[in-house]
Amino acid sequence: MKKIVVEGLSYKYPLAKKLSLNNLSFTIEQGEFIGIIGANLSGKTTLCQALVGLVPHFYHGSFKGKVIVAGMNTMEHNIAGLAEKVGLVFQNPFNQISGAKLTVYEEIAFSLENLGIPQDEMIRRIEEVLELLDIHHLRAHNPFQLSGGQMQRLAIASIMAIQPEIIVLDEPTSQLDPQGTEEVFKTVQQLSSQGVTIIMVEHKIEKLAAYAQKIALLHEGELIDFAPPEQLFARTDLHKLGVRPPIFTQVVKGIGLDNNESKVPVTLKDTYEWVVKKFGHSGS
Amino acid sequence: MDTLVVKNLSFAYQPGIEVLKEINLSFTNCPTAIIGQNGAGKTTFVKLLKGLLQPIQGDILVKGKNTKEYSVASLTKHIGLIFQNPNDQIFKSNVLDEVMFGPLNLKIDLEEARENALEALKQVQMEDKIKDNPYDLSLAERKLISIASVLAMKPDIIIFDEPTIAQDYRGMEIIKKIIYELKSQNKLIITITHDMDFVADNFSRVIIFQKGRVILDGFTKDAFSQKDILRNSFLEQPHITQLGRKLLIPETILTIEDFIRNFKSFTIPS
Repeated sequence: MKKIVVEGLSYKYPLAKKLSLNNLSFTIEQGEFIGIIGANLSGKTTLCQALVGLVPHFYHGSFKGKVIVAGMNTMEHNIAGLAEKVGLVFQNPFNQISGAKLTVYEEIAFSLENLGIPQDEMIRRIEEVLELLDIHHLRAHNPFQLSGGQMQRLAIASIMAIQPEIIVLDEPTSQLDPQGTEEVFKTVQQLSSQGVTIIMVEHKIEKLAAYAQKIALLHEGELIDFAPPEQLFARTDLHKLGVRPPIFTQVVKGIGLDNNESKVPVTLKDTYEWVVKKFGHSGS
Repeated sequence: MDTLVVKNLSFAYQPGIEVLKEINLSFTNCPTAIIGQNGAGKTTFVKLLKGLLQPIQGDILVKGKNTKEYSVASLTKHIGLIFQNPNDQIFKSNVLDEVMFGPLNLKIDLEEARENALEALKQVQMEDKIKDNPYDLSLAERKLISIASVLAMKPDIIIFDEPTIAQDYRGMEIIKKIIYELKSQNKLIITITHDMDFVADNFSRVIIFQKGRVILDGFTKDAFSQKDILRNSFLEQPHITQLGRKLLIPETILTIEDFIRNFKSFTIPS
């Protein structure tokens, strides 16, 4: 089932000279885990905002084309209405945290209260996400006294508690320690296997290559490619487009992978298997 | 003489809850990465080095002099700290003023401050944005501006708190180049980061913090061979190190070049 349909989407911020998004069209199926990569200013964050209706409802500007999320045309619904179906984890958790609540627990409850979730259901969900993001010991802390990484976990927990059908995450792990990052990817993958559609902007290429089913590559507001990681990272023009292939792909190219292959190893496992197959047990 | 010495340092935000416990470290000019799980005390530690917080116990010596004898302002000449969140640091309405603020505060004259600022902006490749309002720029660009603001003061000790956050390929290359240049000027560079690949590629010493204590301090190669310590500290080996390990290459591999060199002279065991 198509969960997201984007048709001819173009968008320009007020006062901006150039389009931030230029004629994007793509569809995403329910339960897919999609990565978005691209240089800074390529339109990644703007696209995230368009998927939740902040573009154009909050930022205004000139908007063309159509964005349909969970069956709702973003032009025909307000941000609050969309928020129940599609959640956005902000790039900077500092900007997401409401500032209206004094504890981590109440911060997570905040959006649930606004959605009118019954109290016992609310408590159940809060406990669940506190556990999932490993912040249960911080429940009584003030959100603004958390470390950067802890604040980021809270931001993710707050959105997961809403249980939206689509979750958009804009660099959700930038301040997390390596295992915290891995846990977020695993949690998000688990949600996707349960049918939640996931869109994640991430500079951590190796992680995205291992977890995302498809990756969208943006460059100066245009969608350059939208393909499974092993195909997308086979491109030889990535540096020119402001991104790099995973370290594993760089390694196999350094030890003899043909530059013209249409599929390349992108993960630790694939690379290991490629090396063993190519060089056998006798080595090079 | 060591550039920076930390003796028996402890710190607590609230009485009785120590976030740093009896830290002893000394730094010469070896590029050093501080790693550890979220909430381990890394940022608190560098705020203490910079004099933004005062130890409840112990001493910090900067160039042989106790930080208790410095004012925050006089310490600024020696130590520059680039905050994790650039929004905590930026407050002027255009990029050039922002970057000139530091040098002017050090009583450097206007012309020289301007020159230092322009040079620093060139280093972060933002010289074409000098008239922009920092808040019209992206998070990654603001981070580069905050780096330039510190470089413009030309301190001998430069501390980065997660410099690679939000940086794309180009931004990463700029930061690597700056670190390389600072290294060649013999400055002491300390960075907090969660990016193990970045550490392996750019830093020769690693200090691991765990729950307010230093649990490992050593050469990068040795630190990244300690798989169990890394796991217990919520860290992981760099990707390239993981691949070398999986292929049973005996050497601890830190870079792609390392890997290729070792691979050519190596036989995969059956």
